[in-house]
Amino acid sequence: MSATDTPLLEVRDLRVVLPTARGPAAALRGVSFEMSRGEKLGLIGESGCGKSLTALAIMGLLPEGAVVEGSIGLNGQELVGLGDDALAALRGDRIAMIFQEPMTALNPLHSIGAQVAEPLRLHRGLDRAAARTEALRLLERVQLPKAAQRLDAYPHQLSGGQRQRVMIAMALACGPDLLIADEPTTALDVTLQHEVLMLIDELVQGSGMALLLISHDLGVMARHVQRVMVMYGGTVVESGPTAAVFARRAHPYTRGLHAARPRLGATRGTRLPTIPGRVPELADLGLGCAFAERCDRAVADCRRASPADVVVGDHHRARCIRIEEAST
Amino acid sequence: MSFWTRALRHKSFVAGGVLVALLVAMALLSFVWTPHPATEIDVPNKLQPPSMKHWLGTDSLGRDIVSQLIVGARASIAVGLIAVGIGIVAGVALGLLAAARRGWVEEAVMRLADFGLAFPALLTAIMLAAIYGPGLLTSIVAIGIFNIPEFARITRASANSVWSREFVLAARACGKGALRITMEHVLPNIASVLVVQATIRFAIAILAEAGLSYLGLGTQPPTPSWGRMLGEGQSMMYQAPMLAVWPGLAIVLSVLGLNLMGDGLRDLLDPKLARQR
Repeated sequence: MSATDTPLLEVRDLRVVLPTARGPAAALRGVSFEMSRGEKLGLIGESGCGKSLTALAIMGLLPEGAVVEGSIGLNGQELVGLGDDALAALRGDRIAMIFQEPMTALNPLHSIGAQVAEPLRLHRGLDRAAARTEALRLLERVQLPKAAQRLDAYPHQLSGGQRQRVMIAMALACGPDLLIADEPTTALDVTLQHEVLMLIDELVQGSGMALLLISHDLGVMARHVQRVMVMYGGTVVESGPTAAVFARRAHPYTRGLHAARPRLGATRGTRLPTIPGRVPELADLGLGCAFAERCDRAVADCRRASPADVVVGDHHRARCIRIEEAST
Repeated sequence: MSFWTRALRHKSFVAGGVLVALLVAMALLSFVWTPHPATEIDVPNKLQPPSMKHWLGTDSLGRDIVSQLIVGARASIAVGLIAVGIGIVAGVALGLLAAARRGWVEEAVMRLADFGLAFPALLTAIMLAAIYGPGLLTSIVAIGIFNIPEFARITRASANSVWSREFVLAARACGKGALRITMEHVLPNIASVLVVQATIRFAIAILAEAGLSYLGLGTQPPTPSWGRMLGEGQSMMYQAPMLAVWPGLAIVLSVLGLNLMGDGLRDLLDPKLARQR
């Protein structure tokens, strides 16, 4: 197989067990997906469903004591079981990540110029002056206003949106193959959200890097990614082309999410529909479908075994035993 | 507002700073000038009251009290600096290692620290003096060793909280290794805690040296030391009570100054308080 045939990222049956106060809990239960070069993939689901954990597993930054099984291949290289030094060499160079909270993800004691230059000095061996020039170029690329004057500014002198631009510049420094953006706009206000996402879009398009965008915002997904994966209870319950997934909504959870999205023009006083119940604690998940407890279509069979992946359309799959009934 | 502007408005920091500056000035002065040679014995003029010649009088061997106090500051500073230095270098290294490696390394370091803290410091110093002979060096080492677990614990606790901050995760996501993160992110962020702790441990070291010298296990005659002056003064309590008061006052003011300065630094270096203005 030639290099162009191998997917950029190939995750196979990824399982993560986390130590919790109530004993080991399976947080990811067999997540599998592929990403090709330049592809934009969305990961959606509510808090605690394993979105961020999937990202951290790819980065090799899982919390202390986590047990990982399965396989994560990046450019054909297996990442699971790789030593920390080898992973550190990939992080920031081949895979980069943008975090949710730009207010806390920058070190308050270092100037932003130095922080953006850091990956370049680390992975490219640039000297201080060269890294500084490159940092300025990066800050200009992420459209940080007055970038030249701000090289020596400290994070507290910048606004949230500006800091997120700095984080993006840091992540892009080495031109990674894969950019993971974990809710990059959640901490920003609405007008900025759009700007930052457009910027990410533009940068991704221009460079051919792949983007794994994590969000709980369906609107963001619809606008910015070609393919989407819906996660629930540590598994991917539905995946496929964004338009198809949102149109068909094969899995009852996707339906629930879709129904619960806030809409403009809704009659005043209408309550937002919600999915009954709450995300189960990881340690409480049984054998069957993780969503069964909250699903209005659940039958006894749902609780017996984990549902298999069913093809529901072109590249469109869902894990539900009652898809036929659910979609009619 | 700049650090120094805020510092000058902080009353207890200024008061502490002045006292500490006096202590340091005395120790430095002792190298170039004292009113009389500090160890010069002049028995005919023993137990003199304060006069123009002997500002605070003389002790039971006719030595000038002011000169002894000035030279005695050296021992206090030397003990403070070296003992805190030993504690910082070894303790901070161990604490950072524990926080960076976690797991069994952390467990081992912390149990070792508990083990060290389980010994009463003064008794162990006496034991060391019994084995290696009394002297300034023995007391410095003994006091220094007891600073190690203190610094190790406080470093580990503060470092752990820095390690759990998001910018450390972001730094790891950039590919930085544990050593770089420790040096570039963790250490600068816990420096203020360490500075405050160092001033307080400095004061405790001065007290410990005075205590050991008072018991005759620290600085040996004829080298002047406040603790030893205090011990000798005690035997003259009924004839010349002021002999014990002067070194006692010197110890109290030094320790007070360091504590005030430490408290002031804690306020000044706290980023939350700094940002309020």
